Amino acid sequence: MELLRFFTAGNVDDGKSTLIGRLLFDSNSISTDIIETLTKQSKSTGVDADIDLALLTDGLRAEREQGITIDVAYKYFSTDKRKFIIADTPGHIQYTRNMFTGASNADLAIILVDARNGITDQTKRHSIISSILGIPHVLVCINKMDLVDFKEEVFNQIEADYIKFAEPLKLNKISFIPASALAGDNVVKSSDKMPWFKGESLLDFLENVEIAEDKEIKEPRFQVQYVIRPQTTELHDYRGYAGSVLSGTFKKGDKVKIFPSELESEIEKIEKNGVELEEAHIAEPIIIHLKDNIDISRGSTIVPIDELPTSEKEIEATICWMDNTSFQSGQKLLLQQNSFKTKAVIKEIESKIDIHLYTDIESDGVINLNDICKVRLKTADTVSFDSYRKNRKTGAFILVNENTNSTVAAGVIG
Amino acid sequence: MKKLDYLDELEAEAIYIMREVAGQFDKPALLFSGGKDSICLVHLALKAFRPGKFPFPLVHVDTGHNSPEVIEYRDNLAEKLGEKLIVRKVEDTIKARNLQDGKGKFPSRNGLQTYTLLDVIEEFEFDACIGGARRDEEKARAKERIFSVRDEFGQWDPKKQRPELWSIYNGKVDKGENVRVFPISNWTELDVWNYIKRENIELPSIYFTHERECVLTDAGQLMANNEFLTLDETDVLVTRKVRYRTVGDMTCTAAVESEAYTVDEIIAELKSSKISERGATRMDDRVSEAAMEDRKKGGYF
Repeated sequence: MELLRFFTAGNVDDGKSTLIGRLLFDSNSISTDIIETLTKQSKSTGVDADIDLALLTDGLRAEREQGITIDVAYKYFSTDKRKFIIADTPGHIQYTRNMFTGASNADLAIILVDARNGITDQTKRHSIISSILGIPHVLVCINKMDLVDFKEEVFNQIEADYIKFAEPLKLNKISFIPASALAGDNVVKSSDKMPWFKGESLLDFLENVEIAEDKEIKEPRFQVQYVIRPQTTELHDYRGYAGSVLSGTFKKGDKVKIFPSELESEIEKIEKNGVELEEAHIAEPIIIHLKDNIDISRGSTIVPIDELPTSEKEIEATICWMDNTSFQSGQKLLLQQNSFKTKAVIKEIESKIDIHLYTDIESDGVINLNDICKVRLKTADTVSFDSYRKNRKTGAFILVNENTNSTVAAGVIG
Repeated sequence: MKKLDYLDELEAEAIYIMREVAGQFDKPALLFSGGKDSICLVHLALKAFRPGKFPFPLVHVDTGHNSPEVIEYRDNLAEKLGEKLIVRKVEDTIKARNLQDGKGKFPSRNGLQTYTLLDVIEEFEFDACIGGARRDEEKARAKERIFSVRDEFGQWDPKKQRPELWSIYNGKVDKGENVRVFPISNWTELDVWNYIKRENIELPSIYFTHERECVLTDAGQLMANNEFLTLDETDVLVTRKVRYRTVGDMTCTAAVESEAYTVDEIIAELKSSKISERGATRMDDRVSEAAMEDRKKGGYF
């Protein structure tokens, strides 16, 4: 059984929470005691439906009171084919950072469009974020089809509009499904009200969409998280580098180069849970042993000598500002790329991205909460990376305010 | 290339998170309750750190209302692994701080254990506490980060959570603050059981069905009859075949009727069960809609 991580973007008004609620409800993933609580709550919020499915995902008191999603909520369900992790992200512009967060790990984006309204600023914003974050597959779910009499023309028009709009975004794959979350049309079961639609229902799509190939990145990358040194009598000289394979495949005997030290060695042994492996693949948590006793610590990157990453102290990146406090010129920051950390400063704000038009606008030197900007960073130590388009694991970083410890920005390189 | 099985992927994520804790913090701890979730954490720690020692002790906040089977399991496990176990008792906190013990028929120490937890964090200056909470348990938990920063009072502020992206975890805190870390955030109850089955993990016996004398509560739940309850003549005592879905205080954790003698049978039961884990067993979450959110804001796990 495989795992699929997806995020949903859209407003309560677009029926996003209702759609998720419907997926969970119709796939029998909600327990009766929770339904009972929801029925009680639905009555108290005055929503005119037996169960307000949106209440399932709004976990915080403030969200229930205001009827909006503030923070990312994670929901889980599984079918016989797959386990699903849903990051339910808020749609309002003031929560762009939360959307960035929920989308960062996703294999798939579900962007909801209200059939009555067609493509809105919000649709554009969500699509642009999906593009920046390199989501492998975007599904545009045209919801509330019941309110446009399930008309094929409406669906076709929105599909055509979206394809035209999304052209410059270079999204990897785009699919379209017409649905009515409230009534359940095309969510779990195919709808008999839209016989003109030959595609799968949403759940069938989620179960069958190809994800393995999207995860295949060729260049082998490994970062040391923790050095294991038992220092016991039996394991006196044991020195293992624990970490996960970020991408590609590592083999015993590979000639490797270590960054930032730029020393070279050879993989002597790969261990996983006490068992020696000939090779290790993406995502596997392993321990690497090298032939030479060289200086390697947490955050060191290990790569094969013939597939080197870029290694620089100057980085061009697109960042999303996530802190309530705006960027201060000269602000001391820490750049964290998985387990690697170094001091950094933003040298130049090259441009700001118009989040609705996907155009670069001149920067006024200010970066506020939710702004997406192209910047040039300077770091204290050399950073080894690949462009984010090529590798989502080594092309991503966060910026941490050294003073407040907050995560102030998330960035993608290149 | 073949994609990892979902259990492998969940396991890999949890091990990655544990190694991040080891790499980022000076004094981490693993909060061990003796329940299936924290037992899985110990199993994952073995995979993350062997042949080395754990880079953290196991810490148990003992409410004094635990099942003897669980305490026995805990002690055996720590001894078998040769890892350090720190136990702090809520009983002692009550005495030292002159606190009011839980009252009533089912006296809960759920609120009181927060004091003991915060005390033990202060005593050992723990800067990170790994716990077995899962997001599917409860809707406030569904909103909590994997690295959840707490202030000096252990409080969770849902509005000030740090954004958490990709697999980059920011565990930077000031002295006195700590981070609660939840490596199995993305696991469901069923995932945990499927993992226990696959890895052949040994569990305390109370997870499997056995005959037990229980009190039938007004809400229709079955509470094991034990020395901590104050019963009167109106209480109905029944002997039933029960098991526990979750390990907690014997005063506020209900048993469920079950015919499941094995892990396979438990999985089959769960698949057909229509009641959530906490709904079936916890009396403390039913108090109000935001009970868990409020307890977390107060420093609870």
